[in-house]
Amino acid sequence: MSKVTHGGFLSSGIRKFGAGAIFLAQLLVQSVPALARPRLIVYQIYNAGARSLIIIMLAGLFVGMVLGLQGYNLLQRFGSEDALGTAAALGLLRELGPVITALLFAGRAGTSLTSEIGLMRATDQLVAMEIMAVDPLRYVAAPRFLGGIVAMPLLSGIFNLVGLYGAQLVGVQFMGVDRGSFWSQMQGAVELRDVTEGVIKSLVFGVTCSLIAVNEGYHAEPTAAGVGLATTRTVVASSVLTLLLDLILTAAFL
Amino acid sequence: MASDDVVVAVRDVHYSVDGRPIFSGLNLTIRRGRITAIMGPSGTGKTTLLKLITAQIQPDRGQVIVFGQDLATLPKPEIYAVRKRMGMLFQNGALLTDMTVFENVAFPVREHTDLTESLIKLLVLTKLEAVGLRGAAQLSPAELSGGMARRVALARAIVMDPDFLIYDEPFVGLDPISLGFILRLVKQMNTALGITSIVVSHDVQELSTIADDSYLLERGKVAAAGSPQELAQSDSPAVHQFMAGSAEGPVRFHYPAPDYMQELLSVDES
Repeated sequence: MSKVTHGGFLSSGIRKFGAGAIFLAQLLVQSVPALARPRLIVYQIYNAGARSLIIIMLAGLFVGMVLGLQGYNLLQRFGSEDALGTAAALGLLRELGPVITALLFAGRAGTSLTSEIGLMRATDQLVAMEIMAVDPLRYVAAPRFLGGIVAMPLLSGIFNLVGLYGAQLVGVQFMGVDRGSFWSQMQGAVELRDVTEGVIKSLVFGVTCSLIAVNEGYHAEPTAAGVGLATTRTVVASSVLTLLLDLILTAAFL
Repeated sequence: MASDDVVVAVRDVHYSVDGRPIFSGLNLTIRRGRITAIMGPSGTGKTTLLKLITAQIQPDRGQVIVFGQDLATLPKPEIYAVRKRMGMLFQNGALLTDMTVFENVAFPVREHTDLTESLIKLLVLTKLEAVGLRGAAQLSPAELSGGMARRVALARAIVMDPDFLIYDEPFVGLDPISLGFILRLVKQMNTALGITSIVVSHDVQELSTIADDSYLLERGKVAAAGSPQELAQSDSPAVHQFMAGSAEGPVRFHYPAPDYMQELLSVDES
């Protein structure tokens, strides 16, 4: 260990990345036996997913309405406001849905996962499990990780639906875009690969954000300050990585 | 001493953290069916010893042998098999906060057996009754006092009928009634069920009433061993200082510091 302590920002970053990769491998190994306890995973889908619904739906509605306003404003300059449905759908499905959902997930569900696991560490609950011959990776970490991966695409889908409704509300109800062309143009222009892109993105973000949240909590220093720091790191690392991965994935899909 | 009479054998264990030695050549033996007290001033590595015995950490050198197996050589599943024969009482209870008292005690049973729900209920209620908390079964750990949480943790530690129980500071901060109760319970489980017990504590008076063997740790080694009576009559200054609870003596009470007078005077100068 002493060899790396003198390293700078880069080496500590590489070390963290390596530790994260090892933790991911351990989690994946423990995820197989964890699947035998679907009750735990379902509860975590509820915990990370259902409990994030309100913020996701509210954000979706507002983002959709903004898309409707901005899109209408832009498109009417070229006389093509009928394409508003297409613009909103593509923007939401491919970019805004997965990305904003992941950012909100990191703030709402990720922080609660990190602080919960960190406090379990600080209060000896994880050690107590170890002594009772129950692997906390299998019982605590893996179900939360899997729950987050399942919840993210579902939340992203709901975000998109509510967002489209918001765009429709502004475009069709308030601005007077023709309802028929709003939906038919959207139907004609959106292809399966647009949906796939969004689903793949949200799956990747689900793995990333859940992994970061669980990893930070599991390895948090067992003090009040340590858990607080870990929670902050979860939000920062999840947000930055989500945006970076979005750039890479967008480039890959073009 | 027959080897199957030994539950835990610590052989020449060296262990250090960040270059600071905690143990340098620690030797001790925990014998079957006896209550062994591990005593020592704070910071002598009593908790570290428990971590070694439960295989949470590995020694730098030397062996920790539990039930005849060297823990350092065991793969994880084997370590879990050894741990299934142990129970441990944590100082703060370490109850799982997202479950009720009942579910906490049932947790190891559910994880390791396929018992029916009615059998689990019988088992858990019996253990909760033994610690006087059957009525608290549906409370959450947050609703318990510190002493109650420790009693629930004790019920959880004995629910799988372990061969060997570890108590980490079981007497700290208990009211006299709970203290007497826990003391009697430790003794009863030892005499009635033959459970081997390790009690880590610095409550010399309490320990001497129940312990069969005792070890006094000091500066990473065993400073004295024997029955509590033998320790009380020891003429070693370190043992005497600890048993009498004095700050003056060979056992260091003050954390190393520069000269007191000089430091006070230098405050003025700056």
